[in-house]
Amino acid sequence: MSERRVLTLALFSAVLLAGCSTPPKTLYQWEGYQPQVYEYFKGQGNAEQITVLEQDLQKIRAKGNMPPPGYHAHLGLLYAAIGKDDQMVQQFQTEKELFPESTPYMDFLLKKYKKREG
Amino acid sequence: MMNKLLKRLACLSLVLLVVGCAGTRANYDYAAFKQSRPRSILVLPPLNESPDVKATYSMLSQMTYPLAEAGYYVLPVTLVDETFKQNGLTTAGDIHAVPPAKLREIFGADAALYVTVSKYGTTYTVFDSVTTVSANAKLLDLKTGATLWTGSASASNNEGGNNSGGGLIGTLVAAAIKQIVNNVSDAGHSVAGTTSQRLLAAGRPNGILYGPHSPVYGTD
Repeated sequence: MSERRVLTLALFSAVLLAGCSTPPKTLYQWEGYQPQVYEYFKGQGNAEQITVLEQDLQKIRAKGNMPPPGYHAHLGLLYAAIGKDDQMVQQFQTEKELFPESTPYMDFLLKKYKKREG
Repeated sequence: MMNKLLKRLACLSLVLLVVGCAGTRANYDYAAFKQSRPRSILVLPPLNESPDVKATYSMLSQMTYPLAEAGYYVLPVTLVDETFKQNGLTTAGDIHAVPPAKLREIFGADAALYVTVSKYGTTYTVFDSVTTVSANAKLLDLKTGATLWTGSASASNNEGGNNSGGGLIGTLVAAAIKQIVNNVSDAGHSVAGTTSQRLLAAGRPNGILYGPHSPVYGTD
């Protein structure tokens, strides 16, 4: 094996190694979703959280990416907490459109809401 | 002579690389998991065996990421928690005791994840303070009640060591600073993030399989 071939092999190994360590592209653009969830559990104000999450949503949309599962549902919960029920319904609908797997639970919540209204 | 040695070394490193990438999967039986093919996962608030009351919600708020990135729909953890509360279930213990059929009826999820946090907190020694979070998990099929997967993981914030040199005084100062950081910044929460990732990310040895939203779904 010539020196050049050894060098080629070394280079090839390096590329392979890099391939192993490069983090793959994520399925969703998370922004501050998980820290916000933790803040919610610790009792942080709902209105401030809506502002942050709506701003992050603009960033996600601008890049043409998907928000993670639960993002819109959590926003819906925050809107419900400050009495903006129509916004809540809208967020739950968006969660259903993005993730059809959420349909049974979103419908369960919407049905309970309608019962309370009626 | 040198060349020959280099050649052998290069070949060996290639073999090691391939082995390292491929990982090992042989010893876990995924038959039930593959048959069930869950699409959505309901993450229940974890049981807490540690003395720190923060453990349950600290861990709960970190577990959506690895599961969603693995390709599953994860039910919104905050809403789910509110639903439990509105039904009088305020502790993780109460929630874990709800029959799987009832969970399926309300949340419509294919599977539920039961997690127990066994360690969450900081231990202090003269020279160091270490924050550790350990947890184990069980994935249950909500239609059949069958166990699909179990796993456990641990993480701490002194992995890789902190021998910065500087002798005894340097070590003591470093330990004191780290203790303050561990206390003030809720170090457990960031360690819990690493633990969640190790516990629930797909593509790890004996880990959870990729879900339907992943481009590599069905290949593992």
